[in-house]
Amino acid sequence: MKLKNQAVSLDSLDWKILEALQENSKQTYSEIGRRLGVAHSTVYDRIRKMEKSGVIKRWTVEFDLEKLGIDYVTACMTVYTDPKESENVANALSEAKEVLEVSMSLSEELLIIVKVIARNQDELHTFIARRVAPLQGVMRIRTSIVTKKIKEERILINKK
Amino acid sequence: MTPLYSSRILRTLSRENAFYFFTSVGNYTGQRAMSLEEFANKIRQIPTSSLEFHFYRGDFEKWADEVLEDTELTKRMRSVKLLEPAGNNLRNQLDFAVSKHLEELKSAE
Repeated sequence: MKLKNQAVSLDSLDWKILEALQENSKQTYSEIGRRLGVAHSTVYDRIRKMEKSGVIKRWTVEFDLEKLGIDYVTACMTVYTDPKESENVANALSEAKEVLEVSMSLSEELLIIVKVIARNQDELHTFIARRVAPLQGVMRIRTSIVTKKIKEERILINKK
Repeated sequence: MTPLYSSRILRTLSRENAFYFFTSVGNYTGQRAMSLEEFANKIRQIPTSSLEFHFYRGDFEKWADEVLEDTELTKRMRSVKLLEPAGNNLRNQLDFAVSKHLEELKSAE
């Protein structure tokens, strides 16, 4: 059943399965079933339903780029835009492979906050100068290059 | 310098080919130049930090060479670099080089 803002109604078992998957998505259906006291086929069915409804968007893996020996820089870019163009700017940014995240914020001004990755500072600058600054509606850009990451976690859901 | 050559250099550029002024990596001032004439005007207004950032990265001469395809201006910018100017001295040197060249192009048009 669909709720407002396209929310999907889940019961407590669904939530527990999601929590288990967030901790370790490589667990088998049997392992999750044993932990939650249900059959592996139930876990399978619930996961399939959550995939179909889009609650589970994708299955992926996180790499440690440093351990892979890949040099890169990440940066947080704040793009100040003409409010009439902000949606288009955000969409155009979302299509770039250098862009990891795009969010919008309305504080005193309408801002687009973007997380970007590039091989080095030169590539980062070239991307911003050639692909972001020319977008219609971009008024100015502030970029902070990340020098040290202290914590990076995805939120752990916990809704009973 | 033929009229055709001059008018090609003096043309108005697309957004993609405009020069965008930054003060450091990724920090765009909101100022851009869509023609050589606009570039000459912006040089007088842009913060010196932006002029220094682009000048010593070679961005100005690269734009003159690859986008405007103006070999003479590229050469003049390279010769300014030999003087290693900074701050307002850089602004004055660039202003002189670009404005003089712009006048020549306009009179040849």
